[in-house]
Amino acid sequence: MRRLLLRLFFVVALPLVLVAVWWAASDGSTNPFWPPLRTILKTFPDVWTGDRLRTDVLPSIWRLAAGYALATVVGIALGTVIGSYRRVRAVCEPVLEFLRAVPPPVLVPVIMLFAGIGDTMKIVVIASGCVWPVLLNTVEGVRAVDSVMLETARSYGITGVARLRNLVLRSASPQIFAGLRQALSIGIILMVISEMFAASDGIGFTIVQFQRSFAIPDMWTGILVLGLLGFLLSVLFQLVERRVLAWYHGLRASTRRSP
Amino acid sequence: MRGLNTALGAAGLAAFLALGEAVPRLGLVKEAYFPPTSRIASALWDELTDGAFWSALGDTLTGWAIGLAIAAGAGVVVGVLVSIVPYLREATASTIEFLRPIPSVALIPLAVLLYGTQLKSVLLLVVYASFWQVLIQTLYGVQDVDPVAEETARSYGLGTWARVRHVLWPTALPYVMTGVRLAAAVALILAITAELVIGAPGLGQRIAIAQTSQAVPDLYALIVVAGLLGLIVNVGARTVERRALAWHQSVRGEVAV
Repeated sequence: MRRLLLRLFFVVALPLVLVAVWWAASDGSTNPFWPPLRTILKTFPDVWTGDRLRTDVLPSIWRLAAGYALATVVGIALGTVIGSYRRVRAVCEPVLEFLRAVPPPVLVPVIMLFAGIGDTMKIVVIASGCVWPVLLNTVEGVRAVDSVMLETARSYGITGVARLRNLVLRSASPQIFAGLRQALSIGIILMVISEMFAASDGIGFTIVQFQRSFAIPDMWTGILVLGLLGFLLSVLFQLVERRVLAWYHGLRASTRRSP
Repeated sequence: MRGLNTALGAAGLAAFLALGEAVPRLGLVKEAYFPPTSRIASALWDELTDGAFWSALGDTLTGWAIGLAIAAGAGVVVGVLVSIVPYLREATASTIEFLRPIPSVALIPLAVLLYGTQLKSVLLLVVYASFWQVLIQTLYGVQDVDPVAEETARSYGLGTWARVRHVLWPTALPYVMTGVRLAAAVALILAITAELVIGAPGLGQRIAIAQTSQAVPDLYALIVVAGLLGLIVNVGARTVERRALAWHQSVRGEVAV
């Protein structure tokens, strides 16, 4: 009980102190760019009403989800093919290394040429940035499948979809998840960037509107919302990862216990 | 085997470039939107002979280097401090876990208001984004310190500073280098993004100008430059990492035998 309380204390102590410091330091602040925390918190419910959640936050999240899903499917599919054949990998490697190195936001102007400024553009932008970490990690994961297991599967006559699902993708999944985690933070960045370029709704669009109209406390609430969104998505990701990779974490824990 | 792989890779690259030439020539996509490779190459040549391009490249690299240096220094110092001061690690864990996933682009409006299009805007974003990469890796690295080595150093009467220098730092260095490598790539992305969105001088700003003036081949040429820059940063960071850790791998090799 005491240890639980101590842990709880450690979890909440510093955040509380920081918020208190922010509150105290900004209280009575007359600098227009650093409004008092009290003002920001007071404007929060006025700005992020249910209506705005529906018209701005939901479209952003929908586009992020669509782009992320597209990148996941394409990345894993291509990655499995490239990872499975040594020759294909050798052919594709330099091109992939280059494409991966292109900072994703610079593709926004090009994608705008093709896809206009609608939802399609934003989804493609998000997908084009998220696909690389997924693709490259899948390639590495598929490459590193244990050769003994591959041979065992062959001698048991496990081929085709069963081999792919139960052996190749399964043993690559820790790597794939590492890629998916990187892709998630890139996806959030691109969601915001694509909306800052050209949009009529979305969180990024709203924040830039506030900034341009010098509604500073409103802008600060927007920054808080983005921060919260990033945090919640990463918590959600961890939950999913822990479920899907439960076997892997269990395996690692047991090998560590008996060296 | 290696020669064959290189040849296959070169073939893949050549096929990629040829595809870029053929697809617009055959009219599969509009040439105005996707110029053939040769037009991009000539636009790239025009860029390379333009002094303004080089100064833009210099601006981008300056923002990248300063931001990365600040982030790496701060990340290592904070990481080591948090690990060696008792209870600080437990007390900061929740705060770090909360602040880390906040997307750095959320700070763009704030950067615009505070610093406009100055270098400081770029630095704010670059430092925020890359700091976490270094900090997290440093924390992992310090956690990895062998307790026996730590206790041995203690019983030989090494002080805090000597233990940090001779026990903690060598253990953490591989992790720190990984963090710096990741941070170098992130810093470049954020530097170019900040220039693109905010309009601070640099490659990103040139891309934005090419976009608004419909100079499509130049747009592609600049994207190629950004990609090559990213490639150089990746390869360079990996080389630095290997150099700095040469001793480390050799030591591990001896232990394994």
